[in-house]
Amino acid sequence: MIPFSYSRAGTAEQATAAAASGHRLLGGGTNLVDLMRRGVEQPERLVDVTGLSDDIRPTPQGGLMIGGAVRNAALAGHPAVRREYPVLSRAVLAGASAQIRNMATVAGNIMQRTRCAYFTDAATRGCNKRSPGSGCDAQGGFSRYHAILGGSSACIATHPSDMCVALAALDAQVHLASAAGLRVVPLVEFHRLPGDAPHLDTVLQPGEIITALELPPPPAAMRSAYRKVRDRASYAFALVSVAACVTVDRGTLTDIRLAFGGIAPKPWRALRAEEALRGTPATPQAIAAALALDFAEAKPLDGNAFKLPLASRTAMAVLADLIGDAA
Amino acid sequence: MAISINGRDVALPDDPRVSLADLLRDDLHLTGTKIGCNQGGCGACTVLLDGARVLSCLTLAVQAEGRRVTTIEGLAEADQLHPLQAAFIAQDGFQCGYCTPGQICAAEALLRELAEGLPSYVTADITAPAPLSAEEIRERMSGNLCRCGAHPGIVAAILQVAEERAA
Amino acid sequence: MSRVQNAVIGSVRTVVGWLPERWLPGGSPDPLIGRHGEVGRQLGHLDGPLKVTGAARFAAEVPLEQLCHAALVHSPVARGRIATLDTRAAEAAPGVVLVLTHRTMPRLEPVPLISITNMTAVGNSALPILQDPEIRYNGQVVALVLAETPQQADFAASLIDISYDEAPARTRFEAAKPQARTPASILVERNEEAVGDAEAALRQSAFQVDAIYTTPGHNHAAIEPHAVTAAWTGDRLVLHDATQAIAPTAAALAKLFDIRREDVRVLSPFVGGGFGAKGFWDHHVLAVAAARLVRRPVRLVLSREAVFRMVGGRSPTEQRVALAAEAGGRFTALIHTGYSVMPPYGACPEQYTLGSRALYRAQNVRFGQKHLDLDVVPNTYMRAPGEAVGSFALESAVDELAHQMSMDPIELRLRNDPEVHPLSGIPFSQRALAEAYRQGAEAFGWAARNATPRTRREGEWLLGMGCATGSFPYVRMPAGAVRIRLTRDGRASVACSAQDMGMGTATVQSQHAADRLGLPLAAVSFEMGDSDLPPAPMAGGSGQTVSIVAAVAAAATKLTGELLRLAGNASPLAGLRAGEVRLQEGGLVSLADPARRDSFDAILSRAGREDITVTESAAAPLEMFKYAMQSQSANFCDLRVSAVTGEIRITRLLGVFDVGTILNPRTAASQLRGGMIMGLGMALSEEVLFDERSGRIMNAGLADYHIPAHLDIPEIDVRWTGIPDPRSPLGARGIGEIAITGVAAAIANAVFNATGTRLRDLPLTLDKLLEEEGA
Repeated sequence: MIPFSYSRAGTAEQATAAAASGHRLLGGGTNLVDLMRRGVEQPERLVDVTGLSDDIRPTPQGGLMIGGAVRNAALAGHPAVRREYPVLSRAVLAGASAQIRNMATVAGNIMQRTRCAYFTDAATRGCNKRSPGSGCDAQGGFSRYHAILGGSSACIATHPSDMCVALAALDAQVHLASAAGLRVVPLVEFHRLPGDAPHLDTVLQPGEIITALELPPPPAAMRSAYRKVRDRASYAFALVSVAACVTVDRGTLTDIRLAFGGIAPKPWRALRAEEALRGTPATPQAIAAALALDFAEAKPLDGNAFKLPLASRTAMAVLADLIGDAA
Repeated sequence: MAISINGRDVALPDDPRVSLADLLRDDLHLTGTKIGCNQGGCGACTVLLDGARVLSCLTLAVQAEGRRVTTIEGLAEADQLHPLQAAFIAQDGFQCGYCTPGQICAAEALLRELAEGLPSYVTADITAPAPLSAEEIRERMSGNLCRCGAHPGIVAAILQVAEERAA
Repeated sequence: MSRVQNAVIGSVRTVVGWLPERWLPGGSPDPLIGRHGEVGRQLGHLDGPLKVTGAARFAAEVPLEQLCHAALVHSPVARGRIATLDTRAAEAAPGVVLVLTHRTMPRLEPVPLISITNMTAVGNSALPILQDPEIRYNGQVVALVLAETPQQADFAASLIDISYDEAPARTRFEAAKPQARTPASILVERNEEAVGDAEAALRQSAFQVDAIYTTPGHNHAAIEPHAVTAAWTGDRLVLHDATQAIAPTAAALAKLFDIRREDVRVLSPFVGGGFGAKGFWDHHVLAVAAARLVRRPVRLVLSREAVFRMVGGRSPTEQRVALAAEAGGRFTALIHTGYSVMPPYGACPEQYTLGSRALYRAQNVRFGQKHLDLDVVPNTYMRAPGEAVGSFALESAVDELAHQMSMDPIELRLRNDPEVHPLSGIPFSQRALAEAYRQGAEAFGWAARNATPRTRREGEWLLGMGCATGSFPYVRMPAGAVRIRLTRDGRASVACSAQDMGMGTATVQSQHAADRLGLPLAAVSFEMGDSDLPPAPMAGGSGQTVSIVAAVAAAATKLTGELLRLAGNASPLAGLRAGEVRLQEGGLVSLADPARRDSFDAILSRAGREDITVTESAAAPLEMFKYAMQSQSANFCDLRVSAVTGEIRITRLLGVFDVGTILNPRTAASQLRGGMIMGLGMALSEEVLFDERSGRIMNAGLADYHIPAHLDIPEIDVRWTGIPDPRSPLGARGIGEIAITGVAAAIANAVFNATGTRLRDLPLTLDKLLEEEGA
């Protein structure tokens, strides 16, 4: 690790000021400290933001406002989250280990960087995300954990978060603050697709910080599930994960929100499938056809082509369970 | 300000690069806390921070300022073995012993999490208090790797203490 | 291993074969076999309290004054030369004590490679260590930095500026095949063996399987990373090490640094897992050299990444197994050949065909292995080298053949169970595989298996059962001494430089010594982990326990003779010879007349002695040549496979082991379960991702090299036949490695039973199932 300075921010104002002056924000450190030790990240100044809001409180609209410094474990264990947004609890609990969930913050989880082996190994030459213009060794290399959707010739890294997949399905909003003021960005628009600038993971501007996450009110009678498919039964990143929220009324799918993890540079909302299925009885054949709409643009490689059938089959099983249970 | 480690106040290191694990092992010679990977991938460095289990390898020591750290050396009362330590011996919950302190610290926190009714990924109904079962313990201990393959003994030891506490 | 060695080993076998049994170790069974004493009793690890309280100090945990910390720099290229090297910024960085590169490293000879015939040779690599600017593999150490703190050392290491002139590297398995080498021998066995015409028999038989099985590189992944703390005082060296080879390490360091053997002390009381990895590697030499240069103690702890890059793992293999049978099930042909990686500067052939040579009787056989030279860190032994991956190929093929023949796979195996060693014709010392299968099938409920694949299902989960044989040879090392000190109060301390990576060495050796010396367990202590003690062989080949037992037995015999001599004419035993008494209940007792006895206290008191000390070595392990000594196991697996995702989850594992006497059922059961769990990891998730473009390992960490986690591990039932081996000390054979063997095949066979899909490439990941299904 290179030498760095360490300070703490007690308020969002202090944190934005520090961010504006070139500090990197440090939450639980579960990702940043690891990457600093690997030499992938080399910040000279750290500001610890774990002292910022760790409240989870109801919003006037009937949703929840979750402070950026809320620990992952606290989020998953919160009674209101377990009761009203179980898909979020389950997604968080699917990630990492109990120790890491006790450390990692919600904002840090959103900001975590890819686990692509060519990104996390600072001695590998070709990684446009780590070193713009250097190439992408994952293409032609090990691409099992990589994107089949949303990647570019410059980068096929996936975003590794489980939590964000559930947040995408829940239409969460990310609250941002900077010296210029506050703004709110839908989570599904917060992470960028790589295009020709894969070093930019998100739309966060210099000097801007995440202050909170907002969950809209849960639809009445919503049923939800999170299923994670991985190599080890626990403590492993997703090959594919599915977050699904559905409302079924007398055999008709009146509402559906479907998001995938492990297959794209960002949590992937299957908007085309949702639209095709909304208001239908959602038979297995219809679900398969609807999913094909989203996967039509997939660009699988030899190493990750299995994710197309895997994502599709996993989503079909999850939806069949949810719809079947509701019937 | 200082860090309270096993009830004793310890000054912060001057170098913010020093992790909590480094502080414990190199400066304080509390080497019961192990480093297996220094990457958050094995759980050998697990300690309790204000009672919650964390990885001391990814915690900067300066981040623990004003907080309470309990390590394997501070788990037991005086010269007694902690019930989990005794159960790990009784159930052969180790071979080489290197991951053992981390397993035991994680297990102590796990029992508290279960007592608080917190769910895990394998809990069927996450709105209700999670039940005690081998599967729950396996999932909740999955962040602590063991290469000798002492897992069955570890799970048996934790179940034993959980049942003793419930009785 | 050479043709000369083949000839030597061959003639030893011949001569030993002619010798009368009574002249040989094991010629008459160990009198302790079957005696009910401490051996065979349940006893927990004696060092348990130290381990559960964190008080056990490992190699990186010894506090020393003036200690400085080392960090390493590794080459990111596989082949070439250092073109430019600038260490000025590193040398100027805060806290830096030394920067060591090929320019400043003392000139040293290569380390003698591990050898079966030289127990003091311990090296895993013959490559020079920081001796020149050549780069020979990706990950090679190119610099070491010493600083006052580990943080300063790490940072300074990052400031060393190196550029490389890259050269073409041999990194591709497939491309290396045309230049593959065919060694004359594999360990002490002739490499290429053939009986009859196996290829012709294969073509002509009613049933045949002929398939390629592949296994990836594996990493030992002991949770304790390799670490040494080296301290010189003048020309005397103390090394706190994490090693499976204490005495050989001390001998190697003395030779390398040109000091007297007695001026080197290697201490390794606790080792945080070994599995073959904790041998002698570059970090030993680097730390010792650096400490000598700066005249301060040096601690070098490998980063987890460095463990992957500079300590070899298990080689990948590509194996062909062909099996043919006549309608009755008798094997007419067995062919097992293949490729593994073994660079010429390495020491460890992956002996994947050796197990197959002892397991089945077949009319025609052919065995042979080829080595591929790649520019990589040399592979080394990893738990059950050879058998772990060889049994996956062979035992998958047997299952394939059984399915083709509509025969129960256990029945097929037993119909080909040999009476004598199939190649040499030498009798087995003891062999009860059939009994292991009988016990296992009953305990497991094998009868409930439906032989037709994909017939049992619960919801989305397809259910399957499989079985497979595991095997591992008996090994006793040809060296090893122990010292016994007996005091007047009837206490004994037994000592040698033994190693314990978690198996419970001190625990079972204390049990054994109590029985051998006729003392209660509480009166016996076992000292180990220190090269100043009489030299024990390295802990390898599952051979440490019997090797030390044999040495203790020899020392006890010597002790008996010395005690008789001291006892003199005043003793009730006067006139008796060593073979006519035994050590029992705190004294010597006449075998013929148990009323004639003399206590240790009385003997030593009369002689005016407080204690008596003897040191003795074990006899050469000639029993290994007189008899075919082999352990077997019957492995059973019950699992489920998601019909949706292809995820495989193990429901139950059961192993029945035919491994001779079990010395301590508790520690043995734990060790056997542990081996099966490593087999589970090998089956389902373990794979070193070696990027053939760069020659670089891309998952050099525990988050990405997936060893099993708690949730992967089901109920595991281990049992044993408990039949002693009449030819081995205590009737025991090693148990450290056999349990990993056969497990991956049992799982693969169960996956086939569940899904109807045959996977022949480890690990058995869901993508392979989905692809096979789609194909």
